[in-house]
Amino acid sequence: MEAIGTVLLAMLAGSLRVSTPFLFVSLGECLTEKSGRINLGNEGVLVLGAMVAYATSYETGSPWAGVAAAAVSGLLLGGIHGAICSLARVNDVAMGIAIMLAGTGIAFFFGKPYVQPSATLLSGIPFGFWSDNAQVRNALSVCPLFLLGIAAAVALHWCFNATRVGLRVRIVGDSQDAALALGLPIDRTRFLATACGSALAGIGGAFLSLYYPGSWNEGLSSGQGLMAVALVVFSRWNPINCIYASLLFGAAGALGPSLQTVGITWGYYLFYAAPYIFTLVVLIITARGGKSLRGMPGQLSIGR
Amino acid sequence: MSTTATLTTAPASAPVQATDRWYPLRRTTESLLAPAAALAAAALLFSVFLLFLGASPADFLDLVWRGAFGSWFSLQNTVQRAAPLLLTALCVAIPGQLGLVIIGGEAAVVLGGLAATVAALPLLNTSPIIVWAAMAVAGSAMGAFWIGISGWLRARLNVNEVIASLVLSYIGLALFNHLVEGLLRDPASLNKPSTYGIGDGNMLDTVPWLDVHPGLPVGILACLICWVLIYRSSFGFASRVTGGNIRAAQLQGLPVTKLILLACAIGGGCAGLAGAIEVAAEYGRANASLNAGYGYTGILIAFLARFNPLAIMPMAILLGGLGAAGGLLQRRMGLPDATIQVLQGLIFVSILASDTLYGRFRWFQPRGGA
Repeated sequence: MEAIGTVLLAMLAGSLRVSTPFLFVSLGECLTEKSGRINLGNEGVLVLGAMVAYATSYETGSPWAGVAAAAVSGLLLGGIHGAICSLARVNDVAMGIAIMLAGTGIAFFFGKPYVQPSATLLSGIPFGFWSDNAQVRNALSVCPLFLLGIAAAVALHWCFNATRVGLRVRIVGDSQDAALALGLPIDRTRFLATACGSALAGIGGAFLSLYYPGSWNEGLSSGQGLMAVALVVFSRWNPINCIYASLLFGAAGALGPSLQTVGITWGYYLFYAAPYIFTLVVLIITARGGKSLRGMPGQLSIGR
Repeated sequence: MSTTATLTTAPASAPVQATDRWYPLRRTTESLLAPAAALAAAALLFSVFLLFLGASPADFLDLVWRGAFGSWFSLQNTVQRAAPLLLTALCVAIPGQLGLVIIGGEAAVVLGGLAATVAALPLLNTSPIIVWAAMAVAGSAMGAFWIGISGWLRARLNVNEVIASLVLSYIGLALFNHLVEGLLRDPASLNKPSTYGIGDGNMLDTVPWLDVHPGLPVGILACLICWVLIYRSSFGFASRVTGGNIRAAQLQGLPVTKLILLACAIGGGCAGLAGAIEVAAEYGRANASLNAGYGYTGILIAFLARFNPLAIMPMAILLGGLGAAGGLLQRRMGLPDATIQVLQGLIFVSILASDTLYGRFRWFQPRGGA
């Protein structure tokens, strides 16, 4: 019983910790997909953002400058993706894979000198101050970026439903014909949505290097940027659902390490694969039938 | 678009066809020039990148040439890297005919290598021929199964194959690590967990006379067979029709589900075979060395070759050469090993961007049709 409690607590803690990059990348992906494009390059943006944030924090001593720099790097890389995909006949799925390769390449290239030194990290907000159980305190020490992510999700949701900009993005993503009839700038909207989405993904990368795991190395990201695509499908292109989905994915990711805390080391690698298996199950459940999904933007290439 | 134009105008009158008899040649020229322009653009961008860092592009080119093709030793190194890339590129190119983007080749390679090793272990005291046959069959079957899952999910449940194959690739790698570090581990392998070895007597030798990696002839043969399959068989024709317009294919009564499953199985079989050959020729046992990124580089090669198996051959040599030159670049120019990855990324981006060039220039289009 004690052990189960420990595991659950560790999973809660892990979920709060691991979910933040999922949250940012999925929000960014959600924004991009709402405009009718898919960006698999967010994996590259995540790695680049992590490197840029770590390097900036090391050079300036300010982790928040690192977060800002990560967002800018994401904006640039996403902008490249968005601009090239605006050209006729360019496949956005394949281009995303290319951007992923280029982004990780650039990050590894410039990140080489920053593998060793330790940068100033972000510090958590101690929501667990009321408890004298060290584990509970540890679990409830929440990164400010997580709160920022929730705020961003709420803001994005409001934006999509209540503002002119959000509605325009949705029109462009849902029906190219309607957007043309209304005279909306389709390519520019998608370009901006991709760039801004990648900026969010870049912040997710900053979390990886500046909070948890809290260091920069070449194995930092384990496909969160790509799993975000599945996560967005799971949340039905709704930013608020992205929060729940990220927490759920985070909990799945924390399963292996949590079991280790109570001494279960068998099948470490299998439990490590839990979020991927979970992703696959989610894909199967949500994609059944061959009809387009509820809430799915009409112009999305994976739906056609 | 352009093919339908010729199809409709050709039977109309003989003179029209006569005025445009050079069109097929111009079309081929277009499909050679566009990637060449993209490669040139990538080279230019990369040169700017190097100059920006204070390195000389000329030195870089010189070192790549010497490290990849300059000597017999470096050429062997290039071929050794290119051999598995031929097969992993087919893993992307064949499903690519149907419009599918499969990016999970890496797992097919490692699981194929593992299955081949497991199949070889009970047969070690028979003859090497039997061992190799068992390894080839087991490796390809495993690869075919693993990529086949993505195909099945796509065909039957309409799950997006890009994400599914990638997620399955992570799952496959986890499964591989679990088995190699647990059930199938040779207790004697301390630093680097490995399975039991297949024994020196059962290792594949280099190709006689040429002294190159045995995967090279296999890879070339596979590319040739796949070329015939794609461009000279009804399976290939049906696949290309499906890739062009899936609804038209369904209306024509083409067995789309079967085609997807078959294409994914063939592609996965190639990648699994690559893993089996790597075990038989290089490592002698399955361990983390198999996870060398061949599956990911194969994606790039397939796109560079525009999914044409004949074009995969030079592209695999090119990318294999870049990989082989990496060590020399690191030592002589002090560039990190990710330099090659930056160059690969630039090539990949510019190749995909060059898709927009097709049909842009009047000169390449069919003429005289009215």
